[in-house]
Order: sequence, then C-alpha cells, then structure tokens
Amino acid sequence: MSAASSRTRRSLLLLAPLLFFLIGFFVWPLFSMMSQSVSDPAVLRLLPRSAEVLADWDRNSPPTIPMQTALMKDLKAVNDDQALGDMVRRLNSARSGFRTLMGKTTSALKETANPPVDLVSIDKRWEKPEFWLAIADALSPYTDRNLLAAVDLGRNAAGDIEHLPPDQSVNGVILMRTFWIAALVTFACVCIGFPYAIIAASLDGWKRDLMLGAVLLPLWTSLLVRTAAWFILLQEQGLINDLLRAIGLIDAPLALIFNRTGVIIAMTHVLLPFMVLPIYSVLITIPKNLMPAAASLGAHPLRAFLRVLLPLSLRGVASGALLVFISAIGYYITPALIGGPSDQMISSIIAFYATGSANWGMAGALGVVLLVATLLLYSVYARLSSDEVGGR
Amino acid sequence: MKTIFKSGVLAAAAVVLSAGLVAPVFARDLTVVSWGGNYQDAQRNIYFKPFSEKIGKPVLDEAWDGGIGVIQSKVKAGAPNWDAVQVEAEELALGCADGLYEKIDWDKMGGKDKFLDSAVNDCGVGAIVWSTAIAYDGDKLKEGPTSWADFWNVEKFPGKRSLRKGPKYTLEFALLADGVSKDEIYDVLGTEEGVARAFKKLDELKPNIVWWESGAQPLQFLASGEVAMTSAYNGRITGINRSEGKNFKVVFPGSIYAVDSWVVLKDAENKDAAQDFIAFASLPENQAKLPEFVAYGLPNKEAASKVPADFSKDLPTDSANMTDAIPLNVDFWIDNAETLTQRFNAWLAQ
Amino acid sequence: MAEFIRFDRITKFYGPLCVVENLDLGIGKGEFVSLLGPSGSGKTTLLMMLAGFEQPTAGEILLDGTSINAVPTYKRDMGVVFQSYALFPHMSVGDNIAFPLQMRGIGKAGIDERVKRALDMVQLSTLSDRRPSQLSGGQQQRVALARALVFEPRVVLMDEPLGALDKQLREQMQLDIRDLHRRLGLTIVFVTHDQSEALTMSDRVAVFNKGKIEQIGTPRQVYDEPATRFVAEFIGETNLVEGVVETVQGAEATVRLPSGAQIVSAVSGSIASGQSVFLSIRPERVDLSETRSEGRNVLETEVTDSVYQGDHLRVQLHNATHPLIAKLGRRSREFPPGTKVFAAFSAGDCRVIAP
Repeated sequence: MSAASSRTRRSLLLLAPLLFFLIGFFVWPLFSMMSQSVSDPAVLRLLPRSAEVLADWDRNSPPTIPMQTALMKDLKAVNDDQALGDMVRRLNSARSGFRTLMGKTTSALKETANPPVDLVSIDKRWEKPEFWLAIADALSPYTDRNLLAAVDLGRNAAGDIEHLPPDQSVNGVILMRTFWIAALVTFACVCIGFPYAIIAASLDGWKRDLMLGAVLLPLWTSLLVRTAAWFILLQEQGLINDLLRAIGLIDAPLALIFNRTGVIIAMTHVLLPFMVLPIYSVLITIPKNLMPAAASLGAHPLRAFLRVLLPLSLRGVASGALLVFISAIGYYITPALIGGPSDQMISSIIAFYATGSANWGMAGALGVVLLVATLLLYSVYARLSSDEVGGR
Repeated sequence: MKTIFKSGVLAAAAVVLSAGLVAPVFARDLTVVSWGGNYQDAQRNIYFKPFSEKIGKPVLDEAWDGGIGVIQSKVKAGAPNWDAVQVEAEELALGCADGLYEKIDWDKMGGKDKFLDSAVNDCGVGAIVWSTAIAYDGDKLKEGPTSWADFWNVEKFPGKRSLRKGPKYTLEFALLADGVSKDEIYDVLGTEEGVARAFKKLDELKPNIVWWESGAQPLQFLASGEVAMTSAYNGRITGINRSEGKNFKVVFPGSIYAVDSWVVLKDAENKDAAQDFIAFASLPENQAKLPEFVAYGLPNKEAASKVPADFSKDLPTDSANMTDAIPLNVDFWIDNAETLTQRFNAWLAQ
Repeated sequence: MAEFIRFDRITKFYGPLCVVENLDLGIGKGEFVSLLGPSGSGKTTLLMMLAGFEQPTAGEILLDGTSINAVPTYKRDMGVVFQSYALFPHMSVGDNIAFPLQMRGIGKAGIDERVKRALDMVQLSTLSDRRPSQLSGGQQQRVALARALVFEPRVVLMDEPLGALDKQLREQMQLDIRDLHRRLGLTIVFVTHDQSEALTMSDRVAVFNKGKIEQIGTPRQVYDEPATRFVAEFIGETNLVEGVVETVQGAEATVRLPSGAQIVSAVSGSIASGQSVFLSIRPERVDLSETRSEGRNVLETEVTDSVYQGDHLRVQLHNATHPLIAKLGRRSREFPPGTKVFAAFSAGDCRVIAP
C-alpha cells in the first residue's frame, strides 16, 4: 500500500464524523421532507382490492356493489391501527368527514354477530361519489397535490390544474407577505447595522467589545423573554408610548404592537447581529489607511465612503442581508406574539400542518417551496458575488 | 430507493451512537407531560410528588403545547420518551383512532361508572373539565357583557376584543352572537351556509379583534387594558383573581366546555407505571384537591362532591355554570379542523 | 531658497503623552527633507499633522505663508505615499491612479492622458488593468508613487515608503525617487528611520529624538559635524571617547583623555575649558601605522581583532583606557592581533560634543 493512499484513507476517516453528521442531520431530513411532500402511499397500501375495482369507475355515478364489497374486504383485512390512522388522515384532508365516517365504518365491520350487507347501510355518506372520488384520487403512490396546494393550485374533477377558490387560497398571500416582511427587516437591518458596524470597527479596546456585546445580547436571551420585553415596551400603555406622551411628542398612543410595525421592530432587533457581524468582519480586514489615502488624494469624506469603503464592504453587506433574509422568512413566534392577524408568516402555517394536524405531506410541500425560494436567492447572491470578484 | 433510506438511517444511527446520546443504560423514570404553568405546578404538588413518594421512584414532568403531530412523531419514531400525557379531546379522539395510545385498564381506575360519561374513553381517562368563556375586568366594566351578542356589541361596550387565533371556538361564538341557539350550533356549522354565516359575523368584529395564541396572553391584555373583553380559559381567570387580587369575571352562559384526558403513549417504556399514575391522579381524595389551586371541573363524580362550595362555584361543572354552557363537539372538529383552519387562515389573510 | 512649509511651535499630545514638543521647522520649495529618527520620536506624527490626519495640540502649520490648521486633508493638495501603499484593492492600477484626478473633476480624456504619463514615469505602462494584488511589492510601491504624483500636488509626503521592500529594490527605489525629485522639482517630506536612506536622498536631514529635532542640516553636516551625542551615535558608526577640555582656540579645542593623551579637535557649539566632553571619531577617518606620524592626533594602541568585510577591513583596537574601532580601505595591510600600532587622525576628523 502506498503512503499516499493510506494518507487519503486517514483523512477520510477524520472527515467521517462530519460526513455522518451532515448526512444524518442535514441531507437525510431534507431528503425525507421532500419525499414526504410527494409520496402518498397511505391509501394504496391498505386498499389494494379497491384500487383494482376503482380503476373501472366512471368517477361520478354512485358506488357499485363490487366497489363497496372490495372496500369492505380491504378494511376488514387492516390490522394496523397506525396505518389506518395515516389513511384516514390523508382522506380527511382531501374530504372533511372521513374521520367520523371511517370510525363508524370500521367499528361496524368488527360487528361479527350481525355483519352489515353493504357500506351504505352503515352510513348514508357512502352513497355520495365525493367520498369515493377522494379515495380514487389517493391511490397513486406519488402525488403533486401537496406541492400544488402549497402554491394555491389544485386539480379539479377532470384532473386539470387550476387555482383554488379564494377561501382556500392562503399560501400565496402569506408567502408573498413572508418575503415582503423579510425584505423590510433586511432593509432595516442594513440601515442600522451598516453604520453600527462601521463605528464598531473604527473603535478598539473595551468600546468595541461593548458595542459588539450590545448587538449580540439578543442572541443570548431566550426568544420568549425578548418578545415579552417588546410587549412591555411597545404596548399602548407601554414604556415607549408613555415616554413619548410624557415629553409631549404625541397625544394619542401610537399603535406599535399587534401590527407590522411591531413585527419589523422586534425582528430587526433579533436579527441585527446577523447583519452587523458579517459586515464587521469584512470591515476589519480593510486596511485602516485607505480612507486617509482617499482623503489625501482629494476625496471628500462622503465620496471616499462611496468610492472606497462602500464597495469594499459590500460583500459583508450582501452576506449579512442574505443571512438576515433567510432567517427572517423562517420566523413565526415573534410575528405570532407581536404581530396582528395580517402579519402571520408561512412558518406558522407549516407549524400548523406539522404539529397541529400531522399533515406531514403539506408541511413538507410548504418546506420545499421555502427551500426553493431560498436556493433561488442564494444562487442570485452567488452570481452577484462571483461577478464582483471576476469582473473589473 | 429503499437502500438509500436504509443507509441514511444507519448513518444517522451511527452518528447518534457515536455521540453517545442514545440508549441510556439505565431505565428512564416515569415521565408525565401536562400543560405547564401554574396548572402543572398544582399537579406537581397534588399528583406527581405524592405518587413519586408512594412508589419510591422519581417522577419526571414536562410541559407541552399540544398538537397531534407531536404525539404522532414520538410514537412513530418508536420508544417514545413520554409515558403519561394530558391531551385535549380532539387529540384523544384522533390518537385513539390512529392507535397512538395504549388501551386504558378501567378496572385499575375503579370502573367507568365512577366518572362523568364524557370523561370515559377506551384510550383516556378524563382529568379536568374546562371552559372557554368571555372574561372581562370587573373593576373597569361595572355592567359586564352577559352573552356573545354583547361581546360583538362594540357600541354598548367600547374597546378591543381578543379571541383565540383559530377556527375552533371562534366560529361557534360567532354563530352564538348571530342568534343561533346553543343546541343547533354544530348543525348550522355543518353546512356550507352556516360556515359562511359565521365568517360573515366575524367580519363585523374583525377590525376590533386582537388574536391570542397562548393561554396567558388574554390575561395580559385584560390586565394592561389592551382589550375590554376576551375569550379565556376559566381556570386561568380564577387563578389570577386569587394570586394577584384581580376582579376578572367569567361569563359561563355561552361558554364551551371540554374534557382533557390522561393517555398513555403506545409502547411507552413505563406504560404500566403510567396507568398506575393515572389511577392515582383519578382518586377522589387526590382529585378533590385541585380546585383549590385551579378552577377546573373534576370528572370523578365522588371527587366533585368533595369540593368545598367556596371553590365549586367557580367550576365549569357547577350546575349553575353548566346550564347554558355548550359541550365541545369533538367529532365535528376532527372531521373539519383542517379545512376550517385553512379557510380561517385565508380569511385572516384577506 | 524660499520657505514653503513652516512648523511654528508645534506641540502634540496623545492623552498625557507628549509626542512632539514645541517644534520649529522650515522647509523650502523644491527641497527634499528627511525626518530621521527612531520609532516613537515624533517624526511620523509630524508628517500626519502636515497631511491633516492629525491636529496639533498647539502651534501652527503654514503652507506658503497661510495657516492650514483648519484646512481638511482633502483640500490640502498633498500627495501621501504610505508604508503599506494603501492602494484601493477593488480598483485596477489605472483606476487607482485616476482616482485623484476624478476627485478633481478632470475630464475623461485628460485623465487617460495623465494616467498614461504617470504609468510611463514609473515604468508600469503594461500593467494598467491589473489589480494591486496581482503586483509585486515594488510594483505596488511604484503605483502608489504614481498615484501620489499624478495630480501634481504642492507637497509630496512619504511615510517610510520603502520599509517593506528588500534591500536591493529599496536602493533602486531610492535612486528613482531622488531622480523624480530632481526632474519634477518636487517638494518632498520623507519620513524614515534608516539613516543611510536619509543621507542618500535628502537635501537636508532633520534628526528627531523624543519629540524634538536634535539637529537639522545637509547629510554632510549631520554626519561630519554631529551637534549632539545622539546624532553622532544614531547616524553612522562612531568612536565616543570621554575627555576634559583644556583650552579652546577659535574652532579648535585641546582635550585631555583619561590616558593622558592630548587631542586637538574641531568644535561645534560653545565649549568652555575645564568642561567634560565627548570626542566623536568616525572609524573610517582613523589611520593605523607602526610609526608615529607628525602633525596629527596620535593614540598608542594594540590590535585586539581584525575582520575582513569585503569592502573594508574592520580593526578593533585597545589603548590604555578604552576600545577604538578603525575601518581601513581594502588596500591597507593586515594587522594581526597583538600588534602595537599608532592610531592617527586629523583635528578636522574628530568633533568635540557637549554631553
């Protein structure tokens, strides 16, 4: 064995923990999230006989006897409660009412003394084609239904893609709002963070430590404490309104909480370190004598800033903005507690599907939409930053 | 595909193992999970600690915020790290249908007939009966609201309102305010017209609503004067009156009550101890201590009769409070929660 | 030479620390003046005040007769060359040099023309499109030079500009800068801690120590006629010998050494008889022979070591009371250790310095 190959092997061994970590805690969850959003095996797995019979159904006439018999056989053969639960959840999500219908049906089928003749005799709802349609549409192992629903699209009875009715179209609006809020927060962070970083980088010793510590502080406090603090500050009888009224600036209290203003203020505060630190780290690598040099060459301080400091720190601003934006689109506790109803962000919808209704498919699909949006943004950023290095 | 999955799992397992995070050599102690806050503090005093002393082993307790997805992911992952969990009625029904819970050994509990009917389930034993009701500050409003119609009347009672962000309760309250009688609520809500009617009624109040999400928020809003009245959990209101000397009032007519239950997670490590714990927490002499701390009704009939009159007048199960209250229709919500939540979110976003 | 720059009683404090103390200095138009001294002697601070990066605590700086204390840097019209070049890394070489012209609102054609000339001047015409990071240290320094000269500043300030270059490149650049100075008639203030650099390039050298100027004069003056012990020791190598003045006659004095020998030496400054002084004797002015030469100062010594150093022979001597060093031309004969020799030097080759 050559020395080189054993060295390669050794470095691979050293890399292994990182590799396993990445696969186990990053690649694998991401992959499973994506597969959750398109895989749809819950119904097909339990209803193989029905699947065969339903293939011949015309999709709008009342259920035939063979269809009912096949479904009864399938349901009797189920012996896994959790798999049954998955199927019911999937069907109820397509058609409300399946929960109680299936509960009633399965307990009736267990009645051995007086077995039911057909499904309609158990519950009248089995007469309606809508319920059978929901089953028929859930028999493919893969589905685009979650991904379509994540962007407010759906398939109609004929199977064509169309917009969902307005009373179900919430994701598009909320996604756009999420991006808009994230953009506003990013803008606010740039406006505050850039001058802040410049000042911090120009100081040294304890003053610099103090400024960096002050901006890092929100990262070290718990989210709920922080949010509660904002609540105390921003409410109508809060510190800020009281102060403004005491010094006579305003007569009536400003609405600072339960609206967009409060959300932007609180999120900007939390995310500021993600803007300040990248800019700061770029600024301290810029030689200290460039600004004096520009001044000595006849540049007014403002022009020196625009021509020298700004272009050199732009890389930090861009990566700070990217960090802030990407973190911001994932926020939901702050908007939930400090925002109004029109400040809900997409994560709260994802959280509802994941923990509230255990609809992992929908949660995964919305996650994929967010991921795609983030990747698109990142590629724009990568394109921009490579232009800056490569070009003149 | 399958091999990829498998190797992924193997890799993850290897990482977890190498990090030494998994497979505790010693058995995990009984872990009980409830709703946190001062309610759980009370439970710790009257259930967890005495039970721990009785069996001579530690009892761990944790808090959660609900959500069937949380339970499902724990059970599906295998070897859940919780044993006994207090759940809402919907989570009980959903989880029981999905096989996420162990079946209750009712002989251990002393027999089904010892409990209120609504507290008996194959998978769960009722722990408390609690209400969502109108609450207001009696010091600020001398003549308080008496119905949901009053809640909607911003001319007679100026000021903001607060409701829980979500369709459950909110839609029922809107229909009550619109004049639907309490017995027909769920029939009306079961139709498309009924849902539209509820949202239309909500439109009226929408500009005046501040939405709450965690149970402590409505109390803060009332205390700070942010809102004139709010929906709230009755136990919290009584609690803050006692602990902070407030004069918050609960309007029981038109309130909706529901039962929270103890369940045992499927294949939990301490499932037998968990059933013993639930039996212990359901004993009349133990349960009767609860209203002193939190004003929740008791599902054990004998326990309910032991509560002193001072406390029992605040309980949702008190006959005067029960008369015009409405039981939550769990079946309706397990069928319709997802669609109506989606619709509610769309309505909010408009 | 008309006075162009005047530092009038300049004092500078950093907190409690005094870095420049009540300093007066005049610089003529077209003059090349070096500020020479060890680090911390205040020379760089003085330059920074001239450039406008620092404000004097007290005193006034005049340019062409008018005070510039209140004039901000960007209006002072002085080209500054920094030790670390301070080129703008995000601009090409051409853009760096065009920068001061753009700041002055010169038209595109004019800029291109002048940038090209400046690049020709520093022999970098082909590298106009490169980034500074793609150049060697010497090339970067020449770009910095071109940038500081292209806008024809009234004064050029250089802060140890050659410190980061290796020896050969440094010597080449020294000649280049001196050449530019002569060709363009520039007024240059040049800060350095390297005495040979200062001697090579300057019209006049100001020797700094602890915030004050110890001596200012032509390179010849500060080398041959050091006014203080610090100057004598800081510039070049010297033999310092203690003694007592016996008599003073005009520009010459007789000094008695501890060994009893009498030395006749040139004098700078006021010296009184009976005063304890130092004699500074430059090693290369000392001749050695085995016979006593007449008419010059002679010390009896013994060779303790002799080192061949290529361009000269370095001989360590010892007389009764103190060591002595002599540097002999390479054609000189060798003196093996132990040889008794007479060290001889003229009165004009040594200097009496008050302690």
